[in-house]
Amino acid sequence: MVDAARTVQDLHLRNLTKKFGDFVAVDDLTLTIPAGSFFALLGASGCGKTTTLRMVAGLEDPTDGTISIGDQDITRLRAFQRPVNTVFQSYALFPHLDIFENVAFGLRRRGVKDVKPTVERMLDLVELGSMARRKPSQLSGGQQQRVAVARALINQPDVLLLDEPLGALDLKLRRQMQIELKRIQVEVGTTFVHVTHDQEEAMTMADTVAVMNNGRIEQLGHPADIYETPRTVFVANFLGQSNLIVGRRAGSSGDSTLVEAHGQTYAVPSDRCFSSTSDVTVGVRPEKITVLDSVDADKVPDGNNRLNGRVTDVSYTGVSTQYLVEAPWGQELIVFEQNVVVGDRCEVGDQVVLHWAPSHTFGLDSAGGTNSGVDPDVVEAEKATARLLSDGAEA
Amino acid sequence: MVAVVPTPRAAAAPVAQRSSRTGYLLLFPGIAWLGIFFAIPFVTLFMTSLQQPVPGKSGSYMFGLQFSNYVTAMSEYWPLFVRSFIYAGIATLLALAIAYPLAYFIAFRAGNWRSLMLVLVIAPSFASFLLRTYAWKTILSDEGIITTTLNSLHLLPDDRILNTGIAVIAGLTYNFLPFMILPLYAALEKIDPRLIEAAGDLYASPQKAFRKVTWPLSLPGVVAGTLLTFIPAAGDYINAALLGSTGDRMIGNAIQINFIQFRDYPTASALSFVLMAAILALVFTYIRRAGTEDLV
Amino acid sequence: MRWLRRNLLGIVAIAVLVYLFVPIAVISVLSFNKPAGKYNLSWNEFSLDGWTNLCGVPGVCSSFVTSIQIGIISTIVATILGTMIAFALVRYRFRGRSTTNLLIFMPMATPEVVMGASLLALFLNLRFPLGQMTVIIAHIMFIISFVVVTVKARLQGMDPRLEEAARDLYADSRGVFRYVTFPLVLPGILGAALLGFSLSFDDFIISFFNAGTLVTFPIYIWGAAQRGIPVQVNALATIVFLVALGVVLTSQFVGYRRRRALERAPIAMDTMSRS
Repeated sequence: MVDAARTVQDLHLRNLTKKFGDFVAVDDLTLTIPAGSFFALLGASGCGKTTTLRMVAGLEDPTDGTISIGDQDITRLRAFQRPVNTVFQSYALFPHLDIFENVAFGLRRRGVKDVKPTVERMLDLVELGSMARRKPSQLSGGQQQRVAVARALINQPDVLLLDEPLGALDLKLRRQMQIELKRIQVEVGTTFVHVTHDQEEAMTMADTVAVMNNGRIEQLGHPADIYETPRTVFVANFLGQSNLIVGRRAGSSGDSTLVEAHGQTYAVPSDRCFSSTSDVTVGVRPEKITVLDSVDADKVPDGNNRLNGRVTDVSYTGVSTQYLVEAPWGQELIVFEQNVVVGDRCEVGDQVVLHWAPSHTFGLDSAGGTNSGVDPDVVEAEKATARLLSDGAEA
Repeated sequence: MVAVVPTPRAAAAPVAQRSSRTGYLLLFPGIAWLGIFFAIPFVTLFMTSLQQPVPGKSGSYMFGLQFSNYVTAMSEYWPLFVRSFIYAGIATLLALAIAYPLAYFIAFRAGNWRSLMLVLVIAPSFASFLLRTYAWKTILSDEGIITTTLNSLHLLPDDRILNTGIAVIAGLTYNFLPFMILPLYAALEKIDPRLIEAAGDLYASPQKAFRKVTWPLSLPGVVAGTLLTFIPAAGDYINAALLGSTGDRMIGNAIQINFIQFRDYPTASALSFVLMAAILALVFTYIRRAGTEDLV
Repeated sequence: MRWLRRNLLGIVAIAVLVYLFVPIAVISVLSFNKPAGKYNLSWNEFSLDGWTNLCGVPGVCSSFVTSIQIGIISTIVATILGTMIAFALVRYRFRGRSTTNLLIFMPMATPEVVMGASLLALFLNLRFPLGQMTVIIAHIMFIISFVVVTVKARLQGMDPRLEEAARDLYADSRGVFRYVTFPLVLPGILGAALLGFSLSFDDFIISFFNAGTLVTFPIYIWGAAQRGIPVQVNALATIVFLVALGVVLTSQFVGYRRRRALERAPIAMDTMSRS
């Protein structure tokens, strides 16, 4: 399928801005998407990721900024003039045309005469050859999705845009399609730009992930990099979960920055500390923490960050056990422990010591609070539950 | 390998949003037609209603500002106005009572038969309106089953149905029934049946559930249906002419007879104008009270 | 007894449907009648005269043809004008939207007497001769609103993403309209045209006021109502009814068959055979 003679080029977004009245959907976005990569734009709904995608497709006009592929500025080109194709969220298959004509649509509009061999080959690639004469309404969700991909890819675009294409599929099918899309991308070599709010999906499929928030990119990088080393509270909360403890800078020791919080001192490697002020929020991922009974406190390795607490909740999920541990100052911390040793679990009420390696710690700017990036519904629910419980306790 | 993606050179014209100019061009012919042949005639109607007779030439009229035409027309024909609104009102209420069960059934119980039943609702409209009304002369005739049965039960004040107000109202109800059924159905069909289930889950009896859930949610359909029934019914004169006696004449009959037979254009126009104004007033107060969304 | 209570709603519903059809039955049955006197109001004896001699009575067939002619012309013009308005309303921005909506909505809410009367007043004042022209003008006027409403609904129900997909797939504005928008709106336009035709064909009041000496089919019937309606009229009306019913039922049936084909079509497993 790959045309060896064609070289795909990088996609450049420069100072891209989109305003709807007073509302800034995309705020001065500058980004280079490497040719041939699988790139994910990740963010909550309303963060501007879909608007960015639509601007690249030509379906939305930027208020400011430019879009170019290699040296070619496509900002002023209309959608049908751009070497870019889109797989829409709801597939947008033409209901009045059969599958064959849907897939052939782009070819026909460009004046290609004999579409039959190409279309048939494309349909075979997505294993829908037998469905060529059916109408979209006669296909299942997964099949429609494959038609949408085929319809876009057959035009060999420089960039393929995917707008949350897997959202409507059930879990198992989604997993399968994730693998399939990744495989197709590698085989075809086209640049894929995938927009999603599902962080697992982004991390699974993409070579590079850009986390978007309020029209800006919070952080960009390889999935493992941005997961292990988040640079803002938003990214720390939005990708997976984090424990965040607000503290104050307390000097340094070697290549570690020391942060003091609630009477404890934590070591953060200076190259993993992204706060420029004296307020530093210490962060650590739940799966990096080890739980020990208080009586075993002496078994904590030297140099590890530690804190004491009391277990308030134990959830067994099969693969792991999730603990909620209340720290002396009231904050609840989350810990994931893999169930490597069967039967060895703490119980509610146990006094425990949590510890983790400094290299797993990160330090963040405290501005914005510790809830940035958490689903607002979750925050509301937690507050409401806390209120209910405290009312109940009084009564 | 098949065709390569076209590589257009730079800067084509900037992408324009839907230009207003095309919009206006599309609108113009149709709106102009409506403006000329619907809106402007109201002006000429009003002007005609103020015309005064040409002195010396009876039957001819010329431009004037004779507002007294309204007074003369109304003083002679006001009973017909009252009668029209009463007949139309009763017919509308009857239509609502008859249509609601059918609409409800089609919306909630018909399942796969839904489309067929809707076709059956519209189908009678394919036969001539006049003939359908005329057919009621046969059905309600003095020797017919209905009249004789009701007579034997001593339910008829005049010993007959035809040539009474009852027949006119019956005809009005029948003729505009589909206009009541379809909006009702449209509104009922939008109601999520799980809402009614939820009401039951929260201790409402079927009657209570209807009163508190179904009926309020169907109100937009009720409003639309009653308007679409009442308005044409108030202006109708065919039912009155074919099924009623001279004592059952409605305002439509007066307008028709003044225009076509008497050629008393000022009177006829004045009556039309008053009818239009009355209906408009009724519609706007009704809508404001009931509150509807976009009607078009 | 309990059966009655449970099915009461269904019984009432069927009863209402029957009620709707009773006059139709009367019209059709009386088309096979040989009236005793002038008026075809009660059954006398069976006869096929009405059917075999359709154009026997002068005026019946000519008025029928007149109505068809007027219907076709009015429908075509009104459908074009109305469709244009619908597109403008749904796809374009312009000022004066509420006034436009009002102007479109008003004819549907105005009694026919008033519309017929005011148009007549206009023509009289302009000394415009009454006849086929004025009837067509009048019909176009009141059909436009119905076309707008029908086409607008169809247009609004269309997924806007479909046009975006077409643009994404190299269709310019003309291509988008020709290959996506128009085919998808067409059923709505056709439905509006059918509706318009039936409104025009059966219109009496507005036509009567503005026809002058022209006789359309409903005007003929009205005139005949005093003298006795010929059996042929019943026959013709029955034919029109059956044809219209046939058209609607056929389109319903076609849709039904299509849906059944969907259900029976084997849908392959979603899993792809390659690992």
